[in-house]
Amino acid sequence: MPATRVKFYQTGSFAVGNRLLAPEQRAVQASAGRTNAITRGHRACQGCGEALGARFVLDAAMRATGGQLVVVNATGCLEVFSTPYPESSWRVPWLHSLFGNAPAVASGVAAALRARGRPDIRVIGQGGDGGTVDIGFGCLSGMFERNDDVLFVCYDNQAYMNTGVQRSGATPPAARTATTQAVGPAPGNAFGQGKNAPLIAMAHEIPYVATATVADLRDLEAKVIRAMAFRGARYLHVFVPCPLGWGSPARDTIRLARLAVESGLFPVFEAERGEVVAVRGIRHRVGVREYLRPQKRYAHLFEPVERTDVIGRIQAGADRNIARFGLLDGGPP
Amino acid sequence: MGTPFGITLQVGSSLANKTGAWRTERPVYLDRMPPCNDACPAGENVQRWLYHAEDGGYEAAWRQIMEDNPFPAIMGRICYHPCQDACNRAHLDQPVGINSVERFVGDLAIRRGWTVPVRAVPSGRRVLVVGAGPAGLAAAYHLTRLGHAVTVRDAGERPGGMMRYGIPAYRLPRDVLDAEVARIVDMGVTLQLRCAVPDLTAALAEGFDAVFLGIGAQLSKRTYLPAGDSARVLDALAVLRGVAQGDPPLLGRRVVVYGGGNTAMDAARSAKRLGATDALVVYRRTRAQMPARPEEVEEAEQEGVRMRWLSTIAGADGGAITVERMELDETGFPRPTGLTEQLAADAVVLAIGQDVDRSIVDGVPGVEVRDGVIQVGPDMMTGRPGVFAGGDMTPSERTVTAAAGHGKRAARHIDAWLHGTTRAPASRPDLAAFENLNTWYYSDAPATVRPTLDAARRLSTFDEVVGGLDEQTACYEARRCLSCGNCFECDNCYGMCPDNAVIKLGPGLRFAIDYDYCKGCGICAAECPAGAIAMRPEET
Repeated sequence: MPATRVKFYQTGSFAVGNRLLAPEQRAVQASAGRTNAITRGHRACQGCGEALGARFVLDAAMRATGGQLVVVNATGCLEVFSTPYPESSWRVPWLHSLFGNAPAVASGVAAALRARGRPDIRVIGQGGDGGTVDIGFGCLSGMFERNDDVLFVCYDNQAYMNTGVQRSGATPPAARTATTQAVGPAPGNAFGQGKNAPLIAMAHEIPYVATATVADLRDLEAKVIRAMAFRGARYLHVFVPCPLGWGSPARDTIRLARLAVESGLFPVFEAERGEVVAVRGIRHRVGVREYLRPQKRYAHLFEPVERTDVIGRIQAGADRNIARFGLLDGGPP
Repeated sequence: MGTPFGITLQVGSSLANKTGAWRTERPVYLDRMPPCNDACPAGENVQRWLYHAEDGGYEAAWRQIMEDNPFPAIMGRICYHPCQDACNRAHLDQPVGINSVERFVGDLAIRRGWTVPVRAVPSGRRVLVVGAGPAGLAAAYHLTRLGHAVTVRDAGERPGGMMRYGIPAYRLPRDVLDAEVARIVDMGVTLQLRCAVPDLTAALAEGFDAVFLGIGAQLSKRTYLPAGDSARVLDALAVLRGVAQGDPPLLGRRVVVYGGGNTAMDAARSAKRLGATDALVVYRRTRAQMPARPEEVEEAEQEGVRMRWLSTIAGADGGAITVERMELDETGFPRPTGLTEQLAADAVVLAIGQDVDRSIVDGVPGVEVRDGVIQVGPDMMTGRPGVFAGGDMTPSERTVTAAAGHGKRAARHIDAWLHGTTRAPASRPDLAAFENLNTWYYSDAPATVRPTLDAARRLSTFDEVVGGLDEQTACYEARRCLSCGNCFECDNCYGMCPDNAVIKLGPGLRFAIDYDYCKGCGICAAECPAGAIAMRPEET
């Protein structure tokens, strides 16, 4: 069930707030009383999509749970920039253990709360794509398999940014990282490798799987609130651009997330028990070139000569997403 | 120590880390000049009054218009709305129907009887306004609000000038005109009708502290037209005035109007309503070169007025005219071809422009007349200190809106002059160009089309042709405004700051930046729909 669109009120529900709408129709982020789960003074880079995504998700979850929330965090940028000892930016109960075990720790917290008879307190596990798609994946799959009562959120910026932009299982084809250099006949990350974590999560047939981006706040908040209405294992995959790792201007974080959706490269959908139930369609379609061009990690596709062959393969991937998820006609075919 | 085993420091908040030190650019909130405001000849703050109308604050919207222009209901009918021609929304779908919203707001004000209070302390100064047209009445309105005692003198039977005697009732119903004029008079303006001012020097001797001239351009231009004794040749202003006074001239069944301006359209459409079966506009250039507004030409054609481009009238006699075909030379100027044709015509109406009756300034020292109009400075003052002028008698695009703008500007300078000061021109912020906007966020919404009377009905009457919006459609139309260059509190900056460095100040109070923590990423500026945030380099 995607976010309900309100039309014809100047910005409708495309913007964060809208003075013409009733307060309950505005985003959680429009509220002066939002939790600010991650507060000022954190050390994320300028224009960090992950800091933004984490606040969006946790503030919505805090509203959905009436503030009864425990958060378990994997190692990664999100952990490092928010908690340089002895400072913390977190304004929610927050635990950090290891890089690879966040889903297992979250499962344990959920079990402990159940043992203590506190089903009202909900658990969110969260991490970057490294901690989720690669290092924590065994724990995550176990958490899904056992259907533990945890919402796990992956903030996907498509590489290990904290340690210096190394390739992860979520790095897209042709992207340059420290470990997939733009050299040789097939520069950048290889085609056909990596993992699609949301589809793997769906294969576990857990109650709820969804994807979202920082460019569509209403949609993201609606999915967090929807996820908190389920019990059992749930998975939310949030696309968060990284100015540092992608070599993009800090101001373009939202714009790039929007272009990833509008080009079809990042399909935004919801699934329940393994079936896609809703997609967020493309509003103004763009070619992948428009998305790739501002990012230095794809600079080798444009200079010294434009690699139309590689861009064409990336476009074919976007076109496949569009067909597979029905992104142009609002639903699966 | 009070800390757990292995812990040496007390847990602290990241608020201790002032990340604002990272910044090389800082976001600042701006109010850019919206193109509608920029284009308005009367200087209305269009964006601002639409902002009020968007949430149903029609009275606040009306009061905002009244700051600059005392004729919202008139404007909403006859203004050629350069605001809409400039509207950035045209790049998305269609311009916002500013004019139709203004009409709705103006009509509501008349229905509800809203008035503008005079709050200024009486200055004790007396100002004479000559001419009760749009320029003079606007000047009187603004001068009254500034506390001056105003006397308006006009030669006509009724106030309104060209709004009454030049513009047909099907475009401007007289009850609307009367209501907006009466509202100004009721503010304490002394209105003296049938009171021409033939001699400015004598009027000045009555002890007025300043004078504003707004007598318009009332003399129809003539052209040499070889015409026999039986030819019936009239000028358009006389026709329109006759209609306005309830004494329409006899035009016959076949009427030819000569000229290509708005007055020509008014004359042809009036002729149709007076019973002409055939109304033909003859113009010596092409349609593209016609000075008449396209919508006026379109409405005229819908009513059955025919157009004959690239033609001049070479002569008229005995129920017929001789028309000569023209062609454009390489510079686009029309030249005769010698090919002529006879057309039946019971009357010829000349609509080829108007001149200013300059006798009022004869013998007044310092007043300069050039190109047939009175010259004024940027402060609207003529060469004679204390005598100001505006409207059609000065260099002007000769529209009611421009005249109302002249009246406002003159009133403000007269006020300064009466106080022995000068008024500095208002600073104009940078234009809010389409490139400044992030239009992703606006709803897709087409323009509301004003209902038009069906052509058959308008032919027989002088009823108003263009209908108005109702409350629902007016509100919808207002909400199509992009609020170019001006914050409308969409919360994007507040919601999308990764560093929580935007402070929400509350409804109507907008936002502030917390520069202690703002890292200067620029997302707020990039994602502001209205382009109301700019990034400025930090000083090093």
